[in-house]
Amino acid sequence: MKPETLFKSDGRLERVLRSGRFAVTAELNPPDSADPQEVYDAALVLSSVCDAINATDASGANCHMSSVAICALLTRAGYAPILQVSCRDRNRIAIQGDVLGAAAMGVCNVLCLTGDDVTVGDQPQAKRVFDLDSIQLLRTIKIMRDEGVFLSGRKLTVPPRLFLGAAENPFVPPYDWRPLRLAKKMEAGADFIQTQYCFDLPRFRQFMAQVRDLGLHEKLFILVGVGPLRSEKTAEFMRTKVPGVIIPDEIVNRLRHTPGPRKREEGKQICIEIIQQVREIEGVAGVHVMAYRQEELVAEIIEEAGLLPRPLRIGFIAPDPLRRLRKSQEDPPPFDPEP
Amino acid sequence: MLRWLQDYPHFLEWAYRLTHHLFIWLDPLMRRIGYGRVDRWLRPLEEAGKRSVFDCQMCGQCVLHSTGMTCPMTCPKNLRNGPCGGVRANGHCEVIPEMKCIWVAAYERSQKMPIFGPEMILLQPPVNRQLEGSSAWVNMLTGADRQTPLGWIKKD
Ligand code: SF4
Repeated sequence: MKPETLFKSDGRLERVLRSGRFAVTAELNPPDSADPQEVYDAALVLSSVCDAINATDASGANCHMSSVAICALLTRAGYAPILQVSCRDRNRIAIQGDVLGAAAMGVCNVLCLTGDDVTVGDQPQAKRVFDLDSIQLLRTIKIMRDEGVFLSGRKLTVPPRLFLGAAENPFVPPYDWRPLRLAKKMEAGADFIQTQYCFDLPRFRQFMAQVRDLGLHEKLFILVGVGPLRSEKTAEFMRTKVPGVIIPDEIVNRLRHTPGPRKREEGKQICIEIIQQVREIEGVAGVHVMAYRQEELVAEIIEEAGLLPRPLRIGFIAPDPLRRLRKSQEDPPPFDPEP
Repeated sequence: MLRWLQDYPHFLEWAYRLTHHLFIWLDPLMRRIGYGRVDRWLRPLEEAGKRSVFDCQMCGQCVLHSTGMTCPMTCPKNLRNGPCGGVRANGHCEVIPEMKCIWVAAYERSQKMPIFGPEMILLQPPVNRQLEGSSAWVNMLTGADRQTPLGWIKKD
């Protein structure tokens, strides 16, 4: 990766990536609560093991605390969030306003998503918006950043400084087109990519080979999505209910043949193995760790995969004035978010 | 009805080209009549034709030829730049499990389209929702379908 003279954001994630270090991002699961403490509890665990924390935008179309609000809480406490923006719930007017506001609060990274459809969530009766698609959204924010104007052409007095991300799912059809679509995202303005959960390594290797042929790995930072499976039931749930998640039978069987109490360990082990293997692949710039409401487990995985210490000094993290002591960690809730 | 025609994208590609030239040739006449009036006459005709072949949604800014002769507005998420990440392993749609993802179909068709197939990589600008329901043919002649938000054209 050629160093650029000018950074696009003031964030730690961009600096870690551009310095050539292996980056780690993690997902914060938004609470169903009006208590900011729940956000801080999770952020406290994650912040010491990752370079940026993803604030999800009603992922899976399930309603939670909004991503803008989580970013507000996190930036105010000195953490470095990635604002996820999905096209499902808001039109171009709302989105541009949110992005501007987020930048004003100190958000340095934005991840542009299409968004899971309303039908998979807890309120399938809702109206879907999809005014923009993820690529138009990327370009829109790039225009705001680089040209200093809204989509309408109206001028911004101070443009936002943002590191732009996009998602990609190499594991679903049309396989041959996925790398070309990645090129399109780059053209639209993506600086980094976070992929869907990677369990199917052969497919991912093939995808990366195509990406390297197109030379995209030199212009984009690719972070591979990984995460632990708690049991074969979780795996079954994820591959049938969560859109776009592909889990090969071998992994499900491996969990099935592990005795009950050891399943959590085994799931963690699988995740660590995947991290170690994707690290070897040329063009992979980092990992993005996701686990539904199990921040402690994410921290263990990152530690045991040998990704610590994170270069804390690279971006100064202000001490958190709002931080209270973490409540004793109870057993993580089961993955199934349905009642 | 005429959906089977979509399995012959190369033929449709030619048909598109033909209509395109035809309309450009007819343009002076239409201008004389007035685009507004032409739009009223043409709209039902266009709708009947394109709906039966492409399940056209009358967005008023047709990009069919750049999207593998597959109407992107039939995607439940209205995506105009390629598939979402929710496509099922069998190539079916995340939202409507019985339907093949229209982008999987579009990609396959574009491979059989020597003229416009390569246009699949073009970046499609945001949809102008004001044109919804009007004739894309007339909008092509007036140039309304190519008008992007002012900020969009600033760069490249
Ligand atoms: S799976 Fe295909 S058709 Fe369905 S919403 Fe996604 S892109 Fe559209």
